[in-house]
Amino acid sequence: MGILSFFSKEKKEKLDKGLEKTKESVFSKLARVVVGKSKVDDEVLDNLEEVLITSDVGVQTTVKIIERIEERVSNDKFLGTSELNNILREEISELLAENNFEDLKDFSVPVDKKPYVIMVVGVNGVGKTTTIGKLAYQLKKNGLKVVLGAADTFRAAAIEQLEIWSQRADVPIIKQKMGSDPASVAFDTLQSATTQGADVVIVDTAGRLHNKVNLMNELGKVKKVMQKVVPDAPHEVLLVLDASTGQNAIEQAKQFTIATEVNALALTKLDGTAKGGVVIGVSDQFKIPVKYIGVGEGIEDLQVFNKVEFVDSLFK
Amino acid sequence: MFENLSDKLDKAFSVLKGHGKITEINVAETLKEVRRALLDADVSYKIAKDFTKKVKEKAIGQDVLTTLKPGQLMVKLVKDELTELMGTQVEGLNLEEKISVILIAGLQGSGKTTFTGKLALFLKNKKSKNPLLVACDVYRPAAINQLEILAEQVGVEVFTNRESQDPVAIAKAALEHAKQNGHNVVIVDTAGRLAIDEQMMNEIAAVKAVVNPQETLFVVDSMTGQDAVNTAKAFNDRLDYDGVVLTKLDGDTRGGAALTIKSVVNKPIKFVGTGEKMDALDVFYPDRMAERILGMGDVVSLVEKAQEQFDTEKARKLQKRIAKNEFDFNDFVEQIGQVKKMGNVKDLMGMIPGMGKAMKGVEIEDDAFKYVEAIISSMTKQERSNPSLLNGSRRQRVARGSGRSVSEVNQLIKQFNDMSKVMKMMQGGGMKNMMKMMGKGGMPNMPLGK
Repeated sequence: MGILSFFSKEKKEKLDKGLEKTKESVFSKLARVVVGKSKVDDEVLDNLEEVLITSDVGVQTTVKIIERIEERVSNDKFLGTSELNNILREEISELLAENNFEDLKDFSVPVDKKPYVIMVVGVNGVGKTTTIGKLAYQLKKNGLKVVLGAADTFRAAAIEQLEIWSQRADVPIIKQKMGSDPASVAFDTLQSATTQGADVVIVDTAGRLHNKVNLMNELGKVKKVMQKVVPDAPHEVLLVLDASTGQNAIEQAKQFTIATEVNALALTKLDGTAKGGVVIGVSDQFKIPVKYIGVGEGIEDLQVFNKVEFVDSLFK
Repeated sequence: MFENLSDKLDKAFSVLKGHGKITEINVAETLKEVRRALLDADVSYKIAKDFTKKVKEKAIGQDVLTTLKPGQLMVKLVKDELTELMGTQVEGLNLEEKISVILIAGLQGSGKTTFTGKLALFLKNKKSKNPLLVACDVYRPAAINQLEILAEQVGVEVFTNRESQDPVAIAKAALEHAKQNGHNVVIVDTAGRLAIDEQMMNEIAAVKAVVNPQETLFVVDSMTGQDAVNTAKAFNDRLDYDGVVLTKLDGDTRGGAALTIKSVVNKPIKFVGTGEKMDALDVFYPDRMAERILGMGDVVSLVEKAQEQFDTEKARKLQKRIAKNEFDFNDFVEQIGQVKKMGNVKDLMGMIPGMGKAMKGVEIEDDAFKYVEAIISSMTKQERSNPSLLNGSRRQRVARGSGRSVSEVNQLIKQFNDMSKVMKMMQGGGMKNMMKMMGKGGMPNMPLGK
């Protein structure tokens, strides 16, 4: 594993350099038209709009952000580059923060819940299983006893995939065979975790498009069955969103929240060119905090979310 | 599929419809709505901008100020532009070689492996080919297992080499294997990769060079946002792919990425993925898709889909029965069977013009027909072939037998009668009459009791 994670880190450094160039030019363009003006004119707004829309922030949220900026600028009068940077950072962070959630300092879970049960949900191909592998590794590294549950019994080789991650992270996995009842796997997992005295349980689920009624109902059933073992489980329903997803992420958050009361987000694939701006709208509209970001395929490539860094990455 | 986008455009045009004439001002207003609809649908920022500009130029350029129905004119303009943007040709796959090679490329999680399985089934069943699948994703845990399982499901051979970490060598060996084992198509599944990952892009370029594919297909998630423009371009710059595969279109994404990709790289969208089952693969029709965007539905697609499942002999018999007013519950049950075979009911409804909107928020579960079938099964043979026999006491018996209420039985019989009328009408003027009726808001209740 050492070689793989080293490899991906090296890749990321390279990639950061590559990205910086494009980000820089966007921001300097923006700064040029704003700096020294007492009023936000159309040129500024157009540029700001372009930056935000092309980051997938979405029209609705973009309008909201622009209105806030306009208000600030009319109060503060003249602006310098650094002030613009700060205002943008503050206003957008605020949208992300209005749910009163402090960014995590480190990979940890509340100590008063044992086991702390995390159910991971999302549409197909967003990176649920990979995120679980990386999260398990980080939690274990912090001294927590982690158990994984392979409740994606539908997709071909999903169980094997999680199994490989469990070996990499060196944590136990509870599984049945492909095609078995996911609720039953979740039940077994929680039962085994309770017996073992585990600190954290992470349950993988099959990817499902949020407009499939039956599949969404199935999640509710998995949840209910978990509660037979741990009455207040799952403590965390983690919705995984792909950073390259556009406005459909809003609908995903909505439907998954209706079905399972999502209370945490993970944003994956941020090592690509996609900015993942749609989480600003998601977080703002549904008051769900972003907890983790995925930045690569290596086991170390999961980070706790940092609002300020995220906003900077849109404008750097 | 594109319901949301067409809703938005509907709204934009309704702004126009309120005015007698198009002026520069209300065009601007409409175009603002169109642009917003496109952006909400994830069409690339720049393309949405160019698009509205182009439509504006055309609208103003024509003598629109005196046009009687400005809304219709704008619909036409927007539709024409969309069609142009989406491309106008339907293109198949080039499978002329003795061994045709298809290379699959794309980002992580876009659905490459699932598509590879679907394509193999499609080529095997519909093109009578003998495909070999090649597992070149040596990175993602269990990717090889996944392809193996899918290959088994669709009944084709898969070439793997778990000892090797070198996709180029695996692909090369697979070609040799295909030659010796009489395969005429080789489909190479590759690892997901980011376009900015130099090393990985070099790798797939090397695979391409060694297998020399007739078709390189770029697989992209239809939910992709603004990044579609970068990714599609970067992959095209390196691979010069031949076509695009749009996946997960069974979701409710607005699918603006389809417009973006087509206009940025000008490569045809050759397939769309519409479900997790191995037969959930469709050919992409750009012109129909443009119509669909405007809420005109996809009648042709629906008809074709129906034809594919339809037994023509049975159909002819049925037609005769309808013409003679002999359509009965036995035919009805058979019809339900046909519809069920055609796939997801909601998808089908979405293809009927005007239904996309009407069905919004209406939940049709896959087993929507269960109760209907239960009720009909509780009828006697005579009742089924002669529904007029069903008087009050018979209806009560049917209700008891099926475990449904009498009012549900009544409702079904009423719906059945309505449906018989519709079928008779379709006999006369075919689809046209039916459309006319729907246009008047006269769509009969569909037998979809919950």
